[in-house]
Amino acid sequence: MIPSDTHTVPGFEDEPVFEEPWQAQAFAMVVALHQNGAFTWDEWAATLSAEIHGPTKRPYYDHWLAALENIVEQKRLTSASDLRKRKVAWHDAAARTPHGQPIRLG
Amino acid sequence: MPHDHSDGPEHSHLSDIDARVRALESLLSEKGYIDSAAVDEIVDTYQTKIGPRNGAHVVAKSWTDPEFRNWLERDATAAIHSLGYTSRQGEHMQALFNSDQVHHLVVCTLCSCYPWSVLGLPPTWYKSPPFRSRAVIDPRGVLQDFGINIPDDVSVEVHDSTAEMRYIVIPERPTGTDDWSEDALSKLVTRNAMIGTGFALSPAEVS
Repeated sequence: MIPSDTHTVPGFEDEPVFEEPWQAQAFAMVVALHQNGAFTWDEWAATLSAEIHGPTKRPYYDHWLAALENIVEQKRLTSASDLRKRKVAWHDAAARTPHGQPIRLG
Repeated sequence: MPHDHSDGPEHSHLSDIDARVRALESLLSEKGYIDSAAVDEIVDTYQTKIGPRNGAHVVAKSWTDPEFRNWLERDATAAIHSLGYTSRQGEHMQALFNSDQVHHLVVCTLCSCYPWSVLGLPPTWYKSPPFRSRAVIDPRGVLQDFGINIPDDVSVEVHDSTAEMRYIVIPERPTGTDDWSEDALSKLVTRNAMIGTGFALSPAEVS
């Protein structure tokens, strides 16, 4: 098969970079926090590496998200209990939002 | 906050992972550590503006401009920066030149470090544990999985990326491209060629 344009050249478009929107959000939050000086890239790499090499094998972005939760707690940007409470609040918000409408915290 | 447990199919449902991401984003933006618009901007930049095309430009320029190639060998970070591609993570770049004697392969056994500023976001296989471990133990076998056969008299060097050092492989210039422009050459450079899991395309493959 002859590619008709550069978008079909092998190696450029064989898969999406993010499988789900939350992965893109989690990725970008780390870049944003680093840009804002919340942690160094070395600190991030070490946190992510510890998570990836931990006892639980998970998909890459699951590790990424867990590492993000760890580093924001280590850096005291927020606490694990605040994150837990806020997660429950989002579940509650979803449960009272009619399907198809944007979910907002009360 | 009143709990409403009447969430039937007519109501919304968030996956646990989605709720965790929303919890992080809402808390961190309330506290002023991130700005939601800036987060969206970063997603857009990495998905659409940065990508293997940046790296392909670097490679094509190194094929056509000997002075740039020398600079790339001496100080890849500065040479790449001169084309406008700046890393937000501040790590150093090193260019690895394939030849008829050596084939370079890049991996990150630690945590999937990747030269985002020139290659965009890493492909899924780069982040997978089998690739990360096998590339070091059996690089020729991994390359065969990608359809790449390296002759026995060509050595294979594996480079392990770190948070401080990222690599870009400069593949060999395909034959039959002597009179090609930099722009045309850049279309022969695939992402895999710049990781070392592929070669640059031949003119026949893109004609």
